[in-house]
Amino acid sequence: MSGEMTGAETLIKALIDQGVDTVFGYPGGAVLPIYDALFQQNSLRHILVRHEQAAVHAAEGYARSTGKVGVVLVTSGPGATNAVTGLTDALMDSIPLVCLTGQVPTHLIGNDAFQEADTTGITRPCTKHNYLVTSADDMSRVVHEAFYVARSGRPGPVVIDVPKDTQQNKTSVYAKAKEVEARRISYRPQVKPEHAKIEQAVELLSKAKRPIIYAGGGVINSGPVAAQLLTQFARMSGIPVTNTLMGLGAFPATDNHFVGMLGMHGTYEANLAMYNCDVMLNIGARFDDRITGRLDEFSPNSTKIHIDIDASSINKTVMVDLPIIADAGHALEDLTRIWTARHTELDKAGMEKWWGQINEWRGKDCLKFEQPSKGEIKPQHAIKTFYEMVASRDKVIVSTEVGQHQMWAAQYIKFDKPNHWLTSGGLGTMGYGLPAAIGAQVAHPDALVVDVAGEASILMNIQEMATAAQYKLPVKIFIINNQWMGMVRQWQELLHGSRYSESYSESLPDFVKLAEAFGATGIRVTDVSELEEGLTKMIETPGPVIFDCCVTKDENCFPMIPSGAAHYDMILTKEDKVANPVSQEGMVLV
Amino acid sequence: MSADQIESRVIAVLVDNEPGVLARVIGLFTGRGYNIDSLTVTEVDAGQNLSRITIVTSGTPQVLEQIKAQLFRLVPIHAVGDLTTGGDLVERELALVKVVAKGEQRVEALRIADIFKARVVDAGHNHFVFELTGKPKKLNSFIELMQPLGLKDVSRTGVVAIARGPEALGL
Repeated sequence: MSGEMTGAETLIKALIDQGVDTVFGYPGGAVLPIYDALFQQNSLRHILVRHEQAAVHAAEGYARSTGKVGVVLVTSGPGATNAVTGLTDALMDSIPLVCLTGQVPTHLIGNDAFQEADTTGITRPCTKHNYLVTSADDMSRVVHEAFYVARSGRPGPVVIDVPKDTQQNKTSVYAKAKEVEARRISYRPQVKPEHAKIEQAVELLSKAKRPIIYAGGGVINSGPVAAQLLTQFARMSGIPVTNTLMGLGAFPATDNHFVGMLGMHGTYEANLAMYNCDVMLNIGARFDDRITGRLDEFSPNSTKIHIDIDASSINKTVMVDLPIIADAGHALEDLTRIWTARHTELDKAGMEKWWGQINEWRGKDCLKFEQPSKGEIKPQHAIKTFYEMVASRDKVIVSTEVGQHQMWAAQYIKFDKPNHWLTSGGLGTMGYGLPAAIGAQVAHPDALVVDVAGEASILMNIQEMATAAQYKLPVKIFIINNQWMGMVRQWQELLHGSRYSESYSESLPDFVKLAEAFGATGIRVTDVSELEEGLTKMIETPGPVIFDCCVTKDENCFPMIPSGAAHYDMILTKEDKVANPVSQEGMVLV
Repeated sequence: MSADQIESRVIAVLVDNEPGVLARVIGLFTGRGYNIDSLTVTEVDAGQNLSRITIVTSGTPQVLEQIKAQLFRLVPIHAVGDLTTGGDLVERELALVKVVAKGEQRVEALRIADIFKARVVDAGHNHFVFELTGKPKKLNSFIELMQPLGLKDVSRTGVVAIARGPEALGL
């Protein structure tokens, strides 16, 4: 090894060797040596956010839109604790991240030093794994291990806590990534399926008369090839496909085999197909409570095949008949190969009947809404119009905040490719969308990146407008402004006797002036006749834009399966009463 | 045969002997609401830097499967073995039991200790410290019998276990 480097320089070298080009971060006392090393090189770009939570969400947006590991750099104490929400978000949605946190020097750890926090202790339950680097000699090994862990198996966030002395101390040790990976004995996730099990899956599917594929984020995490294989398999076999919120884009939404998103705000046809199917093929989804609704009534008569890379996701809530531990892409490849080799064809009459039934459910047109030609804009209409205007564009990435607007975006925007949809599914983090859009825009400077937001959510990380302005990132913030925390209001209306406790967005800022204050462009539209013009302006104006789209205030998001209800208990319109008063059991569910 | 039947299991886990690894395992149990009836840990292979954790846990068969899967996906974990379902096992626990007594009670305590093959590891005019190994049930009965005779203090190791036969755990 030629010459000595500081721990900080070693860290930077290891990041570059990992192929990192961008780091999202915020400096502070405990990471000054790393920032100094950053200053003295030109391979890594640092994006200065305005809050550490946003650094993590931005890295998530970067990771989701590229498939690469996102990288975060924050200081000790408050820097690390501010990152916790983002880390938990990434853990829930299986997003690969490496988050570097500064730490007080090793001799001060445990002394309640200035800006000290027990970062490895705090982040243990919200990361896939974490490390405390105790010597500069360990730096390169730990960084390479962290990247391996973050992207292998079910991806997730990894924290590396780096005390300031290990950043400053010199070392001549540099372990190469390949050597570090080769030396690993523990944590070797299984990615290839057992051949016999795939054969069994083909056997089960081949006899199905009412099959369905239920695909989730695992297909997207596996890479674009998995999405292609899924598309090919569904078209070849003729099996209908439904996607989870995380899985949108894993199968082309404009394909006729797509029956829409499933779950609490999923389509009528997707949920009824899940309830009535005879064979269910789950690929890379985890039977989340938002998907299953009432468990004892979840697809009660189907034979269930579950392909997941994470063994602990199998038989966690729903017992399945054929568990297959594998990466979605590998499993789909084998499935397609064996299916083709056996010249498998599904029962024609059975499938015709099944599609007939699905088309009948489709006839219900569960996403229909009425938009008068004048006056108030319906939120659904705003999002649908936006989609229609950008549908033919090449590269459109959509992020969201959390709430009604998020569900409407999931319902009305049709994603045909993976990695174009960034939303906080598992944790449901308000404030996710703007920083995620920033991260995606950094990775894709030419893409149209739009954050579909609510007026309440956007205020949770509004400071990131300054980040967008600084780097001239042309993110478009499309606020569906109904002056309510819409989903909270909806639940209060439907489940709590219309007692709207604290859910009104009081004292909202003037979003147009707010945009201008950040050096961005602000647009406001209140009448449907101006909507298209407003959207065009939002899309065409260079630089960051806030589009304050004022919509009907009390619109509810339908279809909706109330908490604790079964798939067939969907509310489709305002006129539908919540079927039977929601049980006490259901009321405690979120 | 009910799926909700609570069963007890002895699970053996081979882990990297590194800081925080025990916290990781315990955090997994508390965070997901699993039971820990007993837990022991110590280094078993200094060369490879490996520790062995023995956990006695209970739950429905579905939860027990979850526990094993959740443990196995922790990064520093090398092997997870279910000793209860994996075949025959040997399980042992060690207890140190302090009894303070005089006269007839003192004699009786010593007599019971003899029956249980407990060793006296410390003695004074008024007290004994007994050392006893065996299955947890045996330790429980010993302690119960000592209760009326002046039981003062108890320290137990928790269960350690190993599979019978030539096979080793994991790797």
